[in-house]
Amino acid sequence: MFLPWKSEARLGAYLVRRSALMLLTLFGISVIIFVLLRIVPGNIVDILFDTAGMIDPADKARIERDLGIDLPLPQQYFVWISGFFSGNLGYSYVSEKLVVAEIALRIPVTLKLAILALFFTVALGVPLGVISAVRQDTAIDYTLRVVSLSGLSLPSFWLALLILMAFVSWFGMIPIYTDTPDSIWDEILLLAVPAAAVGFRSSSLVMRLTRSAMLEVLRQDYIRTARAKGATRNSVNYRHALRNALLPVVTVLGIEAAFLIGGLIVTETVFNIPGVARFLVEAIRSRDYPIVQNLVMMIAVVVVLVNFAVDMLYATLDPRIKYTD
Amino acid sequence: MLSPTRLLLAATMLFASAVAVPIAQAQEPKSGGILRVQQRDNPGSASIHEGATVSVNAPFMGVYNNLVMFDTKNDRDRMDAIVPELATEWSWSADGKALTFKLRSGVKWHDGKPFTSADVKCTMDMLKGQGENKLRINPRRAWYSNVQETVTNGDFEVTFKMGWAQPSLLGMLASGYSPMYPCHVSAASMRTKPIGTGPFRFVEFKQNEIIRLARNPDYWKPGRPYLDGIEMPIITTRATAMLAFIAGRVDMTFPTEVSPPILADVKSQAPESICHMGPTNVSVNLIINRDKAPFDNPDLRRAMALTIDRKAFNDILYNGTGSLGAAMLPAPEGVWGMPQSILQTIAGYGPDVAKNRAEARALMEKHGYGPNKRLSMKVATRNIQVYRDPAVILIDHLREIYVDGELEIVETAAWHSKIARKDYAVGLNLTGNGIDDPDQNFFENYACNSERNVTGYCNKPLEEMFVKQSQETDIEKRKQMVWEIDRQLQEDLARPIIVHTVGGTCWHPTVIGFNPAVNAIYNRYRYDDVWLNR
Repeated sequence: MFLPWKSEARLGAYLVRRSALMLLTLFGISVIIFVLLRIVPGNIVDILFDTAGMIDPADKARIERDLGIDLPLPQQYFVWISGFFSGNLGYSYVSEKLVVAEIALRIPVTLKLAILALFFTVALGVPLGVISAVRQDTAIDYTLRVVSLSGLSLPSFWLALLILMAFVSWFGMIPIYTDTPDSIWDEILLLAVPAAAVGFRSSSLVMRLTRSAMLEVLRQDYIRTARAKGATRNSVNYRHALRNALLPVVTVLGIEAAFLIGGLIVTETVFNIPGVARFLVEAIRSRDYPIVQNLVMMIAVVVVLVNFAVDMLYATLDPRIKYTD
Repeated sequence: MLSPTRLLLAATMLFASAVAVPIAQAQEPKSGGILRVQQRDNPGSASIHEGATVSVNAPFMGVYNNLVMFDTKNDRDRMDAIVPELATEWSWSADGKALTFKLRSGVKWHDGKPFTSADVKCTMDMLKGQGENKLRINPRRAWYSNVQETVTNGDFEVTFKMGWAQPSLLGMLASGYSPMYPCHVSAASMRTKPIGTGPFRFVEFKQNEIIRLARNPDYWKPGRPYLDGIEMPIITTRATAMLAFIAGRVDMTFPTEVSPPILADVKSQAPESICHMGPTNVSVNLIINRDKAPFDNPDLRRAMALTIDRKAFNDILYNGTGSLGAAMLPAPEGVWGMPQSILQTIAGYGPDVAKNRAEARALMEKHGYGPNKRLSMKVATRNIQVYRDPAVILIDHLREIYVDGELEIVETAAWHSKIARKDYAVGLNLTGNGIDDPDQNFFENYACNSERNVTGYCNKPLEEMFVKQSQETDIEKRKQMVWEIDRQLQEDLARPIIVHTVGGTCWHPTVIGFNPAVNAIYNRYRYDDVWLNR
């Protein structure tokens, strides 16, 4: 007998278990990032003195005291993590501005880039993967496979520079970021070029995955049954096969989405985009502990939540999957 | 009646004026426009007094004024070509130990408060580590070690009293590293929201993104600045920066950012651009740990100096456009560089590299080294390309004298701590000099107690000569003293100089009035005479 309240209770228990796991994951990440930062030689004070080309032990000790980095490590960790949960993320060692303000400044442009890149990834990768699968071993299939291989093989730094050089040579303009675009369309264009560069690589991966998943699904008995029952080709490919083939693709898209938030260092550097990834790398170079620690934790939260959302999406895509068991 | 000659002269003058007027009108400065200059990296802070890199000077010099400045109409920063800024005139006391400035009245800080002599006193006290306002980092404390007291006489006169007569103090005050700071703004605020009296007001500094300055409508120089503002997008990738310049996204590259190989590329793609390649007064040099074996042995130190083929460094790194010299920037750009006739008598500087290396090998063999017993060691350097490239060449040269060097790359964050701990045998280093003056170079880099004397080299009798040359007012006599000191520093291998670097700056022909110096890279970024011809 189906008892809906029991199903809800089991879902609730699953969500509690999952939440506890997420918190544990985030705690582990916080410890790892905290320790790794302290293991790496040098701190912000060393950087400051290095740019000055000198070292003054008395001044060094004073600045370390002012910044609190002379405290015992467990105390430093506690100060940071309690601030994180209470929303007090502190001040950047480099800019001396609120960490929240510094990070918030970078998120919109990264989000726009990520969304555009994901759009290219899905818009190119999924349809081309389907076409390649249903036209297996034809000229179209071979061409698409070569193109996808090139997308995976070409170094992103090289590709990005090539794109810039092509724009400068052919159009006399350079599609690098500006915070004062002339119009919304200008802004979209400026972000669309790096997004396409990123999307090319991601779509290649998605295309190959979609193709392989489709080929596997198309060989299933129920597909043969559907064809035997007289279903149209489009109905077989898109209503029956693609939906099931999308499961692994959704997983990869989830991972890619998470990667896009904090992993586009090469693209952001070459296209001069002031995004989260580039900011994080600069902060690591400067040993800007408040920025690095808090930004890594934020990225970790996003990754964990995205993966949770992807898992929940499975249940929608595949009714066989129940989180209540 | 006029003679034919005078008629010809009159006709010539008429013709010349007919041509000259349109030319003059064509060159009449235009007001307006935003100058876009590439910024090569994130300066971290807007406080010039806390920085020691052109990455801080170049973007923020427009915010400030000095008491005096080097005349930017010259191609060199010269002690005999210093012009007033916040000071209108100056005079020395009879014994040369006091320098008095009369200050400009009616000058306002960007927040509207008046500039007075109290601000000058505050700035100097801060630089000396006295007073309430303290710098977090003070890289140029050594510059002002001779200033004993700053005395104000009313709101518009100030006197610096010195321990000994030091003419070069005026040059240090003229450097781009010597802006005046307001008493009423803390040193901490100056890092994030700088207040100056300069031609441009600070607008915003988005870390790793862009720096913006806007025209100061209350600037004390009539009709200046011509520009409405300056924007400095931070473009860290050199390839992207050069492409942005070629595409016209920026009007000017970052000063000295264009290397000799890239210059050819830029000129081929933007042939109309104007490029200047010149010395940076930054030297590639060695730091040797003379407290630690094996280089506590003077013979081994000498062997290392002898094996260096300086011409090879110059050819490989700078296509031969760098210059070879001792601690002071060589002529013709540098005022104080010793003549080649003296330079080539110093161990390792002679042109016969084979002979030098033979002598070096003999020294190594004297201490038991040879083809079958080689000395292994690490050559430390910073993890930046301008450091790594010469370090690799050095290792190759050391191989010639039975030394197998292993490159030890050190993160920037750890570099100075490592050097300060003397945790190295040999390091490949770069040293920049704010002005072309022996006082700045000797006291900052070689004085026993200077914080920037990274090797800890200490020669008290020689340091007394630093003081003597500092007091000498006859330039030719002073040069002789400087050459002798420099020769001694090289013989002592205090910090063997390998090559003086070059760097290029390019700008589009629409940018008028920018005139980089050939003997310093820190002093030409006020931009108050720059205008855009578009």
